[in-house]
Order: sequence, then C-alpha cells, then structure tokens
Amino acid sequence: MLSNRKPGKLTRRQFVAAGALGGAALAIGCKAGKHGDWEYLTVEQARTLTAICDQIVPADDYPSASQAGVLHYIDKQLMRHYRRHRHAYRHGLADVETASRKRFGAELASLPLEQQLEMVGDLEKQNPSFFELVRSHTLEGYYGSPRHGGNRDAVSWQMLGLAEPPIRGRAQYDLTKDSPS
Amino acid sequence: MKRVNAVVIGAGAAGGIVAKELAVAGLSVVLLERGKWYTANDCRKDDLRNQRTTILGNAFGPEDKGNPRVWLDAKGQPHTALASEGGYQNNAACVGGGTLSYGAQAWRYMPQDFRMKSTYGAPQGSSLEDWPISYDDLEPFYEKAEYEIGISGDYSGTPFHGPRKRPLPMPPVPPGREFSILEPAARRLGLHPFHVPMARNSVPYNGRGPCMRCRWCCGFACEVDAKNGSQNTVIPVALGTGNCELRTECMVKEILTDDHGRARGVAYFDSDGHLQEQPADLVIVSGCAVESARLLLNSKSRLFPNGLGNRFDQVGRHLQGHHYTGALGYFDFDTYDDVGPGASIAISDYNHGTAGLAGGGMLANEFIRLPIHTLDRLPPGTPRWGLAHKQAMRAWHKRTIVIIGPTQQIPSADARVTLDPDVKDKWGLPVARFSGNVHPHTFEIGEVQAKRAEAWLKEAGALHTSVMAGRPDSVSAGQHQAGTCRMGNDPRSSVVNRNCQLHDVDNVFVIDSSVHVTNGGFNPALTIMAIAYFASDALVRNWKGTGFRS
Repeated sequence: MLSNRKPGKLTRRQFVAAGALGGAALAIGCKAGKHGDWEYLTVEQARTLTAICDQIVPADDYPSASQAGVLHYIDKQLMRHYRRHRHAYRHGLADVETASRKRFGAELASLPLEQQLEMVGDLEKQNPSFFELVRSHTLEGYYGSPRHGGNRDAVSWQMLGLAEPPIRGRAQYDLTKDSPS
Repeated sequence: MKRVNAVVIGAGAAGGIVAKELAVAGLSVVLLERGKWYTANDCRKDDLRNQRTTILGNAFGPEDKGNPRVWLDAKGQPHTALASEGGYQNNAACVGGGTLSYGAQAWRYMPQDFRMKSTYGAPQGSSLEDWPISYDDLEPFYEKAEYEIGISGDYSGTPFHGPRKRPLPMPPVPPGREFSILEPAARRLGLHPFHVPMARNSVPYNGRGPCMRCRWCCGFACEVDAKNGSQNTVIPVALGTGNCELRTECMVKEILTDDHGRARGVAYFDSDGHLQEQPADLVIVSGCAVESARLLLNSKSRLFPNGLGNRFDQVGRHLQGHHYTGALGYFDFDTYDDVGPGASIAISDYNHGTAGLAGGGMLANEFIRLPIHTLDRLPPGTPRWGLAHKQAMRAWHKRTIVIIGPTQQIPSADARVTLDPDVKDKWGLPVARFSGNVHPHTFEIGEVQAKRAEAWLKEAGALHTSVMAGRPDSVSAGQHQAGTCRMGNDPRSSVVNRNCQLHDVDNVFVIDSSVHVTNGGFNPALTIMAIAYFASDALVRNWKGTGFRS
C-alpha cells in the first residue's frame, strides 16, 4: 500500500513539523520570526498543535495528521472561515503547554509519544470544547478535500481505497436493452 | 422602471417554472433572485464546502456574512445562526435554488398525503389538515413536471403510488452495489423495492448528456449538467421567449400596495445595493417557506399592519420539513462501489396504513458518501480518535449502508417563522426567527421507521446495526421546509386559496413549498414543481390582458 504514496522531498512545512516532532528547536533554514511559515499560528503554537493532531491521527502505514498537511489546513482556516475560533486556539494551546510543563516538566512536543497521548487524553476530559474543536478540524483536514491544504495528495482517500481522481464516464445506461419503465 | 405583467420573487424550483409558464403565455415577467447564477463550470468537488456539508460555508448561498437568522431553543432562548450552521434551516440562494445542488429525488406524494386529516384524524394539539386539492387535481401537473424537468426511474416494482397515466420519461440509472444487496433482502421481507425517481438524466435528454455516476452528487452542482433543476430547464426557456428578464443578486424588501389594498409592485435592493421599485400587475412570491413568509411579514402598510396576507395571524405557522430517521448497517464485505448517485432503491410500503401511526415515510438507501461523512458513523464503541479511529475508517468506510427516510411530520401551529425584533440582515431587514416544534407523534412514527430500516439491513446481512432516530427539540425545516403559507378554503385558517392566491390580496400569489398543507413522506421537490405548474395554469387561464380577475 505504501507504493501509493508519492516519494518526494519534504516541504518546508513538513520539515518544520518533523523538527518539532523530534523536539528540536527551530531548524536551520526556517524563516526567522514568531510565525515562521505559518499564516496565523506562532511556531510554538504550531509545535503544540502538531503534537495534539498527531495523536488524533497518528502515523501508521499512512501519514499522520501533520504529515498530511493538517496543520496547514487549520492555520489557513484560522485566517479565513475559522477566524471565530482564534481565541479558543490561543487559550487552548497555552493551557495545554502549562499543563504539560506542570505535569512532565517539558513542552508537549518534546515528550515521548506515550506521555503526549496521556496529555491529549487529559485534554479530552478537562477541556472537551477545545478538544472537540481540534478533533473536528484535524479530521476535516485529514479526510476533506486537498484544496484546503490538508489531505496532501489525497492520501487519506488513497488509504480508504478511493481512486482519486475517480474513474469517470463509466457505467452508462445500456441502450441495447429494452427500457424497463 | 417599466411596468411588467408579473414580478416573480425567487428563481428556485417553483419560481423558475412560474416565470417560464407566464412568459410562454405572453406575459412580461421580471424574475428576481437574491443569489447568483452558477453554472456547471462553478461546480467544485469540495467535501468541506458544498450545500450539504457546510463546514467551510455554503457553496450556493447565502453567504455567512450579513444573512443571520435566529432560532429559539426549547427553553425559549434565542440563538443567532450563521447561514452555514444547522439552526439556520438553509436551503440555497442562487438561480435554480435548491434544485442546482439537490440530490434530485423526484417523488410524487401519494393520494393519502393530500387528505391526512380525513385519513387519520388530527392528533390532539396538531394542525393536521387536508389539502383543498387532491392527488387527481395535481396528477397532470406531476406528469408535466416529470417530462419538462426530466425524471428517470421506474415505479413498476411497487403498487404503493398514486395512479399515473404515463411512465417516467427516462429509465433508471443502472443499479449499483447497494441496490443489488438491498433488493433481494427487501423482497424476502415481502416489501416492494423499486428505483428511486430522480431529476437526473440516465440517458441523453433535453439536450444534455447522462449522469457519469461520480462521487460528488447530493449537495453539489453537476459537473456534466446531468442533474435537472430549474436553472438548466425552465429558466432558459423563459429567457428564450424574450418575455422574461432575470435579475440576480436582487433582494426584495417588500411588496408594495396601493390605497385599494392591491399590490402595485415590489421594492428591492439591486446588486449594487440601491433600492429600486418594480411596478407589476401581479406579484408572485416563490422564495421558499422561510423567506416567503418573512417577505409577507416584512410587507407592512397602513392597510396591512401585520404584513400581507396575515389578517388572521396565519403567515409563518405550520413550519415543517421532514423528520429523518433510519439505520446504519455494518457488513463483512464491501458494499461501497464508489459509483454515484447512491440513493437508488426505495420502498414506499410504509408511507401509510400502519395501525396506530398517522402516516410514515419512504425509506431509501443514502446518497453516495464521502469519507467526511463516515467519521462519526463507525461501529458503536469505536474510539473517536487515535490509531483505532484511523484503522476503523479504513476497515468500515466501504462496508456500511445507510437506509434512511423522510418521516412525514405532523404539523403544529406553534412551529413558526416570525420576524426577529432585534436582528437585521445586511440590508437592514428584520430576519426570520424560528420557534416551536412539530407534533411529538412525528417522533413516534420516526422511531418505528428506524426499526424498519434496521430490519431491512439485518435481512441484507448486516453484522451490526445502529438506529438513527432522535427527538430534536426544535423544528427541523431545512432544505425540505414547507407549510408557512398554508393553502385552504377558509381565510381564517389559511393564507392562500387552492390556486395559491392570497385570500387578502387578489394579485399576490405564493407559489412554493409554503403552501403545502402537509409535506408527504417524500422529498418535496417534484410536488413543489407540480404545484407551480398547477397554479401557473390557473393564473394564465384567469389572466385578462393587463388585469387579473379570479
């Protein structure tokens, strides 16, 4: 199944995400400044959000949420249709970081995956409205149309076995038979 | 502005037909539409932004900005809804209205649907009533709609429909995999499955090609223009007569009346936001149930202080749609063949005739599903996120079937559209406000229907099933909205007469789903179209030059 995936170079954003996943600080070559390549998110917020999104859709044979561009989707929509959710993201992500430092003494993105999972499980219980928001946006970004920045190369549709683009013009009515109506 | 014979407000299912019928009969017509004219070229395969899945907004209007509505929850608390949010009860705002992007099921109601009160008696607290017209009155106009708009399908498998003189003009689209799984199961249960009638070309018809069976159907405009709505059938004919002018992005402010209590035209905001007056001999309101009621209520004057046609406080009442219930089945083999349009097999065995239930509804398989629709439809107990959710998506997306149907709602006079006292739209007009709910017997019928859907899925071999039947605490009008300007013989309990003419003002007509007394156990589009042909026929027959005498 892996053969369906396009090999290719990491984009700058994935590079940032990959760097963040590994707990590395800003990688050399990234744009300087608070927002890096993001339109709305700060680099720190993006690191935290990456960790949460990748627990919602982790990597297996197919990419994780961030590897499929979900962060790009959310960041883009926070400048567009989801402007009304900016407040929730700002505060929600800050609270997660505070909780992570309090409990494990380090930022969420630098924790081992098991501890990240625990933290996201806690988030679901302790701040369900923010968790549901991130869950919805992550799944939309992963399974929705690639035109919005997520679901890169329609990777989730490939995972589900849906041809993309679909085969069209098939199965027209057989005019050689008598009409049944 | 030059006076015309008729101004038609709203270029949807009904307005397009009325404009065409009047223009063909030689009347001069101005057709006003608040939305834009999209074509097949504007068809975007966008899972997140279409007319059914509106996560990132409505594809075919209205836009979120400047078009709010208000709904009251069960405790009477008001909530403001954006146009892409559920509480908004949106249909569409564009040329073609809902018919540009609908799933295009094209059902005739059954004879009993026009005499619900006579058939069942009105449950206490309900406003269940008979229509002043019968199935037989409408039959020739159903047929006209089927041939002019273009319907495919095949009723030969079922005895449960009204008498019809001609078969549908096109054969059904060939069966998909779900049809093949569900058809024998329904027969084993003694049911009568048949092909869903669709306003969709299965063969070349009306100068356009057939359906290419793609994944993006219900909620989307058709890329190959094989889906038939008013925008690609009657409206081009209306314009082709030379008697009809279509003005888009024009929002009607009010219907203007003279000192004798007759309409003299309409005031509207044009696409530049300028207020215009269009004088007309006839005013036809076809804005769909919510907006038509709102326009009448907003048309206040000295003679009509409570709005036009609202002398007895009837405008906006009996708001209804459909109560959708059904079941989801999980199979141990692939049921999904990635071939649209999906909804293909139906039964109407359960629309009427169950002891103790005042009606029922049609049941059919669901339209073709996108991955985004499966996210929260995984087997009960599946984690909602994480690796297990991802793997369940992979395991089940192609192995589910949904059977669902529009349970006919038992209307209530308290379910209504009024004007919100505070909230205004971008033109400064008071917006629609929803309150009340349909009669609770509706939900009892819906629960029985859901069990029937579940039994069908089990017979078809579903490993697990889950029932989808809720009891919403506010009215669910949505795209099937109806009932707000009830048709009737008594001016004290209805808004229009059998010809869709206001009881109070003889040159104003409401022609759309607003006039539905009850809404059938079927998708309403074809009935809206049949009524538009029926009412247009009366209009043209009664038209005397530049005047109108009923």
